[in-house]
Amino acid sequence: MSIGLEHYLVLSAILFCIGMYGALVKRNAVVILMCIEIMLNAANIALVAFSRFLVPGTVVLEGQVFAIFVIVVAAAEAAVGLAIIMAVYRTRKTVDASEIDLMKG
Amino acid sequence: MAVDVAFWILAVLSVVAALAVIMLRDVFRAALFLILCFFTVAGIYVTLNAGFLAAVQVLIYIGAIAILLIFAIMFTRDAQAGNPSGRLRLPAGVAAVVLLGVMISSAVTYGWLEGGEMSEMTSTGGLGQLLFSENGFVLPLEIAGVMLLAAALGAIAIMREK
Repeated sequence: MSIGLEHYLVLSAILFCIGMYGALVKRNAVVILMCIEIMLNAANIALVAFSRFLVPGTVVLEGQVFAIFVIVVAAAEAAVGLAIIMAVYRTRKTVDASEIDLMKG
Repeated sequence: MAVDVAFWILAVLSVVAALAVIMLRDVFRAALFLILCFFTVAGIYVTLNAGFLAAVQVLIYIGAIAILLIFAIMFTRDAQAGNPSGRLRLPAGVAAVVLLGVMISSAVTYGWLEGGEMSEMTSTGGLGQLLFSENGFVLPLEIAGVMLLAAALGAIAIMREK
């Protein structure tokens, strides 16, 4: 059986669930950001796989354009997220997400 | 077939690297395995005939985002105690496994139209025309540029000493 759309979708689902588990469980804020990047990569794999396989015989380039925009937003998110983590680290001396609870009711 | 072999190797490597990111105690090693995961995803793009995206993946994810992450790890290193898990471990694991089951079953059972033979032509030229053409994505492209500028300015403003 040759590689088809299902293989890429299953790979994307596995990577997404690993990233989701890490983002929910981890306490280091930098690791949470890393897990979010894994999730974005998984979504990108699904988008590119759909652009390759969804219409037989042609490549629907819109899927790849969406993946490029996801990468752009991921870059912006990483820059701002890490700036926030560094600012929190400077004032609270911690990057543990369970200790950053100033706004907890 | 060469593409099939490449897909299996890259898929196994990427899943192992992603698991290593959430399993390893040392945050720095987790970041290195994240880079391996990004590389394998770039290879997956190559097997999908998306060569431009593979180059963008290496340049932006590995060249910019991974370096930023390692920079942040180095900066916050003395205060961090490994890579511990929180209290949510069991419910998060159950949620992840249930979601994985739902996604895999729906992806496998749905009757996708099977794609034809892979065209040998690279898609970079068409991608550029689609991104910059009038009835394509030129407005979202400009908005993405403004958003990147705003993100850079915001990161500088957040990080600046008082």
